[in-house]
Amino acid sequence: MPEPEKKPRLDLGKFITESQLYKSMFRHGYSTSDRDRALSVMTNVFFHLHPVKVRKSGARFGFTWCAGGLSFFVFLTLVVSGILLMFYYRPTVEYAYNDIVALREHVPFGIMRELHRWGAHAMIITVWLHMFRVFMTGSYKPPREFNWVIGVILLVLTMLLSFTGYLLPWDQLAMWAITVGSNMARATPFLGHEGPGAALLSIGDIPLVHSGSDVRFALLGGRFVGAGALLRFYILHCVAIPTAAVVLMSVHFWRIRKDGGISGPL
Amino acid sequence: MNSVSSPVTIFTGAIAVYFLFITFPRQLTSPRAALAILGLGLAFFGIGLTDGHFRKIVTTPDNVPIVGMLFVFGYFTWFAMRKAVANDIRMEKGEPTVEKLETDEKVLVFPYLIFIEFVIALVYAVGLVLWSIFLKAPLEEPANPTVSPNPSKAPWYFLGLQEMLVYFDPWIAGVLLPTLIILGLCAIPYLDRDPSTSGFYSFKGRKAVISVYLFGFWILWILLIIVGTFLRGPNWNFFGPFEVWDVHKVVPLVNVNLSDLIFIKGLSRGLPKQWFIREAPGILLVLFYLAVPPAILAKTVFKEAYKKLGAARYGFLVMLLLLMCALPIKMYLRWAFNLKYLVAIPEFFFNI
Repeated sequence: MPEPEKKPRLDLGKFITESQLYKSMFRHGYSTSDRDRALSVMTNVFFHLHPVKVRKSGARFGFTWCAGGLSFFVFLTLVVSGILLMFYYRPTVEYAYNDIVALREHVPFGIMRELHRWGAHAMIITVWLHMFRVFMTGSYKPPREFNWVIGVILLVLTMLLSFTGYLLPWDQLAMWAITVGSNMARATPFLGHEGPGAALLSIGDIPLVHSGSDVRFALLGGRFVGAGALLRFYILHCVAIPTAAVVLMSVHFWRIRKDGGISGPL
Repeated sequence: MNSVSSPVTIFTGAIAVYFLFITFPRQLTSPRAALAILGLGLAFFGIGLTDGHFRKIVTTPDNVPIVGMLFVFGYFTWFAMRKAVANDIRMEKGEPTVEKLETDEKVLVFPYLIFIEFVIALVYAVGLVLWSIFLKAPLEEPANPTVSPNPSKAPWYFLGLQEMLVYFDPWIAGVLLPTLIILGLCAIPYLDRDPSTSGFYSFKGRKAVISVYLFGFWILWILLIIVGTFLRGPNWNFFGPFEVWDVHKVVPLVNVNLSDLIFIKGLSRGLPKQWFIREAPGILLVLFYLAVPPAILAKTVFKEAYKKLGAARYGFLVMLLLLMCALPIKMYLRWAFNLKYLVAIPEFFFNI
């Protein structure tokens, strides 16, 4: 008796991975040959931030603590949660506080604000940690001097991002923290109206640097922390500083590779 | 605990621990020593949390990250130093460092590095979600320009700077010193250029550099943040860790200027009318501090450094170091002599 012809069983996995749709999205399957592993880095725009191969010593968690990569990841989570927060928040004195209350009271599963705030604190810690690691391994030495400098600027931007965001809930904590912080600007030599040397900048009896024209006024858009400051800090926080940070981050990452990858002993 | 804690004891104690750590890194980075330190830290927090006031300060939502940061940085300082000491011992024996063994070997980024990054990102994401579920972000009363809370504090990462305001005027603590910190950090690779200690953990060959960095980071930055956050209460008065923040605590204001000390106490006469005579001793002292030590050090302790760096780099380095030391010096002058200003020219808002 002839055996009944076996009907080929439908292999769902194969069906999906061989479809045109799937192949158009993922160029390569999960393969363990060196060539394919190299390709999976080269053909992926995100993995492509990395070279194909790195020093074994530099790939160790014990060497890098993953602090720099983690800082970048934290930044990305802050971008995502920040964009979601922007849907609910209006940076005006009338609405700002109420929008935050509404975010807490009415938005289902409302931890977006927590994710953003604790993420911001976490980013400060991871960035300090990254600097600490780079210092302890002496990785700032030639030829990486300038990338360290860019890193220091990114560190300052991180703290300014957190500082400008601190004002936005528009509660007592926010307002007075920014008042205390921005009061320092008053004392800037020459540029602040209570700073040393400011009195020298005058035409006759008319002072050029006064409380309505000094560097603090420029920062706050007013003589005290009010509506002008809220709008300025919002724009700085959501647009200006992130843009600068992204540009510098691109240079920072690019230079790691141009300067020879993760540092290793000579 | 409250009675022994004051800025002087905390600062001096921390400096003592710091010197122990950089003098005996080999002993103090053993796992046993680390466990002992961790145990002490946890015990302090554990016992502290039974105290209502301590618990209130430490568990204020915005202060929780600082507590976490202390443990993270404590661990990683120990970890880095331990790796450095291990490498030092290997080099003494003539063996290559741990990193050197693997530096010529290359591994594929996918999957080896991507895997590490993925796991770390996952751990962080889970941790952040849990943190966000269990700890609500703070939200106080709506902003009100007419009611200022006491104390008013900047965000925690700037509290080191706010703490410096006790000892320096805003133009120094809030503008000059932050600028110098940023400049000084940027200058590190242009002052410490020896590439032979690049790319691996080590301590012996970089003792001076690492010691200065650890002092700046732990004592002048982290410690001041701790004092500013946890131990400064209403009117920026100092309170012990278990002391209730009493708004009515009275602290006598007994600080005097150097000119008062010299002309009134020393010479028993009134202050001179012209500011440049009145402040001449202070100005001379500051100029002396900034000019003479660099010259003497160039001939003695820093002779090698001077030769290696050249005049310009050396001058910049010593100036940064002197200005960095100016902070602890001013702090100890305050505690020893109640000194307010070395140079006080309120006419120009110029006080040092």
